[in-house]
Amino acid sequence: MAATLEVRNLQTHFFTRAGVVKAVDGVSFTVGRGKVMGLVGESGSGKTVTGFSIIGLVDAPGRVVGGEILFHGQNLAKLSEEEMRQLRGNRIAMIFQDPMMTLNPVLRVDTQMIETVLAHTKVSKEEARQRCRDALGMVGIPSPDERLKSYPHQFSGGMRQRVAIAIALLHRPELIIADEPTTALDVTIQGQILAEVQKLAANTGTSLIWITHDLSVVAGLADDLAVMYAGKVVEDGPVSEVLDKPMHPYTHGLIGSVPSRNRRGEPLRQIPGMTPSLLKLPPGCAFHSRCDRATPECTAPVELLELIPGRHARCIHPHLEEVAA
Amino acid sequence: MSATTMEHTRRPGTEADQPIIELVGISKRFEKKLDFIGKLAQRLGAPVREEIVHAVDNVNLTIRHGEVVGLVGESGCGKSTLGRVVAGIMPPSDGQVLWRGRDIASLHGAEAKEAKLRAQMIFQDPMSSLNPRMKVQDIVGEAPQVHGMTTRSGFNDYVDEQLRRAGLDPALKKRYPHQFSGGQRQRIGIARALAVQPEFLVCDESVAALDVSIQAQILNLFMRLRSELNLTYLFISHDLSVVEHLSDRVVIMYLGRVVEQAPSEEIFARANHPYTVSLLSAVPRIEARKRAFTTVQGEIPSPLNPPPGCHFHPRCPHAMERCRVEVPALKEIAPGHLSACHLNG
Ligand SMILES: Nc1ncnc2c1ncn2[C@@H]1O[C@H](COP(=O)(O)OP(=O)(O)O)[C@@H](O)[C@H]1O
Ligand SMILES: Nc1ncnc2c1ncn2[C@@H]1O[C@H](COP(=O)(O)OP(=O)(O)O)[C@@H](O)[C@H]1O
Ligand code: SF4
Ligand code: SF4
Ligand SMILES: [Mg+2]
Ligand SMILES: [Mg+2]
Repeated sequence: MAATLEVRNLQTHFFTRAGVVKAVDGVSFTVGRGKVMGLVGESGSGKTVTGFSIIGLVDAPGRVVGGEILFHGQNLAKLSEEEMRQLRGNRIAMIFQDPMMTLNPVLRVDTQMIETVLAHTKVSKEEARQRCRDALGMVGIPSPDERLKSYPHQFSGGMRQRVAIAIALLHRPELIIADEPTTALDVTIQGQILAEVQKLAANTGTSLIWITHDLSVVAGLADDLAVMYAGKVVEDGPVSEVLDKPMHPYTHGLIGSVPSRNRRGEPLRQIPGMTPSLLKLPPGCAFHSRCDRATPECTAPVELLELIPGRHARCIHPHLEEVAA
Repeated sequence: MSATTMEHTRRPGTEADQPIIELVGISKRFEKKLDFIGKLAQRLGAPVREEIVHAVDNVNLTIRHGEVVGLVGESGCGKSTLGRVVAGIMPPSDGQVLWRGRDIASLHGAEAKEAKLRAQMIFQDPMSSLNPRMKVQDIVGEAPQVHGMTTRSGFNDYVDEQLRRAGLDPALKKRYPHQFSGGQRQRIGIARALAVQPEFLVCDESVAALDVSIQAQILNLFMRLRSELNLTYLFISHDLSVVEHLSDRVVIMYLGRVVEQAPSEEIFARANHPYTVSLLSAVPRIEARKRAFTTVQGEIPSPLNPPPGCHFHPRCPHAMERCRVEVPALKEIAPGHLSACHLNG
C-alpha cells in the first residue's frame, strides 16, 4: 500500500547572522494511510521546523535546502507557493500547540469556520454550516449550534484546541500535522482530546503526524515512532519495538530516564550533559559527547540505516543485543 | 519494593516522626477586583460584585520531618497558593501554619526571620525568579551574607560549595543567568535556596519546564540533597509519574480542597476518590500500547463559581443527590489513607 507521506533526508537550514542553523538536517520517515506517526525529541531538536517544512510554512531566514517530501508521490518541496496554498488546510492541515495560531480572535467561531469551508469548497451556506457541526461533533463538542456563536476567548483552553482541531478537519484532509496540541492542557482534558483523535484516525483513514516531547503520549497513540536529536532522525520503527527495544543509545537513555521506568525512590538513569548548540555541532554523531558507547569512529558521519526490517537507526554501535533477544 | 533509598535517613523514634509543619484549617481567598467599567456599572446600581476566588479552602495537612509529600492536581486547583502559604511567603486568609508546633504568625523579630529562612521555595521558571542583572555568585551568596551564615572573607568558598553541591562549576560564578541553559538555571535556583540552610523545600513544578533527560538529572539532585542534608519536601507537580517516583505520601487537590491523601504506594494501587481514579486513568503511560484513551467527562469548573456540595459532582460517574448539597468530609478509610467522598459512607 502506498504511503501517504514519505520524507527523505529533509534539510531545512536557517541562515542567521550568527551562522547557519541546521535545524533539520537529515529527517526521513514514512506515514502510512490512516496511521499515526509520533515524532518525538527534546526541545530544539527540530520537530516544529520539520512540520513547517512539510506544510510549506518555513519563513526567511529559513529554507528547505535538500531532500524530498513525497505526498502521494508528489514532491512538495518542488511546488510553487500557490500550489502549496491549495494543498494547505485542504488536503494537509496543521494543528498548533497554541490554538490561537489557527483561530481569529475577532471573529465568531461560526463565521471563521464557515468562511474556511467556503474558501476551498463550492457549497451553500447551509451545507457549510452542517459541515462545521459535523466537525465539531467529531471532536466531542456536543451542542455545536450555541457554541458556534461564541468568540474564541469565551472558550477554555481545551475547548479552543478542540475548535482548532475541528477546523483542521473541515476539508477531511488526508494528512494532519499536530504540533504538541495537548502539551499546555490539563491531563484530563488531554485524555479527552487524545480519545477523540484516536477515533478519528481509525474512522476516517486520515494520517497523522503527532509531534511531542512526551514519549508517554505517543506510546498509547502512535503506530510508528521517529526519534529526533539535534536536527536528525536517529531512530524509527513500530512504536512497540522502538519503546521496548530501542537501538540508538539516545532513545535508550531517554526511555530509561522516564520515572515510571525506574524503581520508585531510586536514582533515575540519566543521560549526562546536554544537547549541543546547533551552531557548533561536533563532527560525526551529535550524541557523541553524551554517549556511553562512543568510540573514535563516531566522529565520522553516521548514516541512518535499516538495521533490521522496518527499523532504522543512525548509530555504529547500536543496542542490537536486546533486539535479538 | 519499598523506597529503601528514600527512607534510609529516617530513623524511627527520632525527630523523624515529629511534624515539621502543620496546616490547620488553611484557607486563602483572592478578591477579583472590578475593572473601571465594572465599578462604573456598580455605581449606577448594576448588580455586579467583586468576585472571590477560594483558591484554598479549609486545608489540614501535616508534614513530618524528612518526608517527601507530593501535591497533585490540575491547573487552578490551588497548589501554588498552598505552597506559598506553607513556605511562609503568603499569609493565609484563615487558619494557622504551625512550624514545629508553633504558630508562625505568633513569632517576632529574630525568631520570625529565622522561620522565614527555614522554608525555601523553588519555582518552575528559574529565569523569572533569578535577577537577570546579578552575577550567579551574588544570587547565591547575598542572602547568606546578610544573615551572617558566611563572612566577607569566607564568601568565595561558601558560594563555591553551594554551586558544587547543586552540580554547577564554580568557575562559572561570575556569569549572569541568561548565559546558562534551563537545567543549569534550575540548579542556580536550587543553590540559592539551599545557601540559607533551610530544612524544608517547597518545589513548585520545579522540573515541569525541563526536557526529560535534564528532568532526570534535576530529580536525582533533589533526591541526593534530601539524604545529604536531611531535607523535608513539599513537591508540587501536575506530573503524576514524577510524584509517584519521588514521594512518600501524595495529596490530591481539586478546586481548592484536598480530596484524598495516602502513602504513595497506596494511592497508586488503591485510589479511593473518583477524581483520583479518573486522574490516574488519564495519565499517559509509556507502557501503554495503542490503548483506548478513556477519561473523565467535562471541564474543570471555574473556581469563581465552584459547584455546591462535592466540587467534583458534575463530572463524577457516581454522583448522588447528596453529593449536590453536602460537602464530603475528609475521612480516614484505611491507616494513613484519607478520602473525601460520600461513597465511603
Ligand atoms: N526563525 C529561526 N531562525 C533561526 N533559528 C531557528 C528559527 N526557527 C527555529 N530555529 C532553530 O531551529 C531549531 C529547531 O527548532 P524547533 O523545530 O522549533 O525545535 P522543536 O520543535 O523540536 O523544539 C532550534 O534550535 C531553533 O533555535
Ligand atoms: N494573586 C492572585 N490573585 C487572584 N487570584 C489568584 C492569585 N493567585 C492565584 N489565584 C487564583 O487562585 C486559584 C488557584 O491558583 P493556583 O494556586 O496558582 O493554582 P495551581 O498552582 O494549582 O495551578 C486560581 O483560580 C487562580 O486564578
Ligand atoms: S554513533 Fe557512536 S556516539 Fe553516536 S550514538 Fe552510536 S555509539 Fe553513540
Ligand atoms: S462525593 Fe459524590 S460526587 Fe463527590 S466524588 Fe464522591 S460520589 Fe462523586
Ligand atoms: Mg516545537
Ligand atoms: Mg501552580
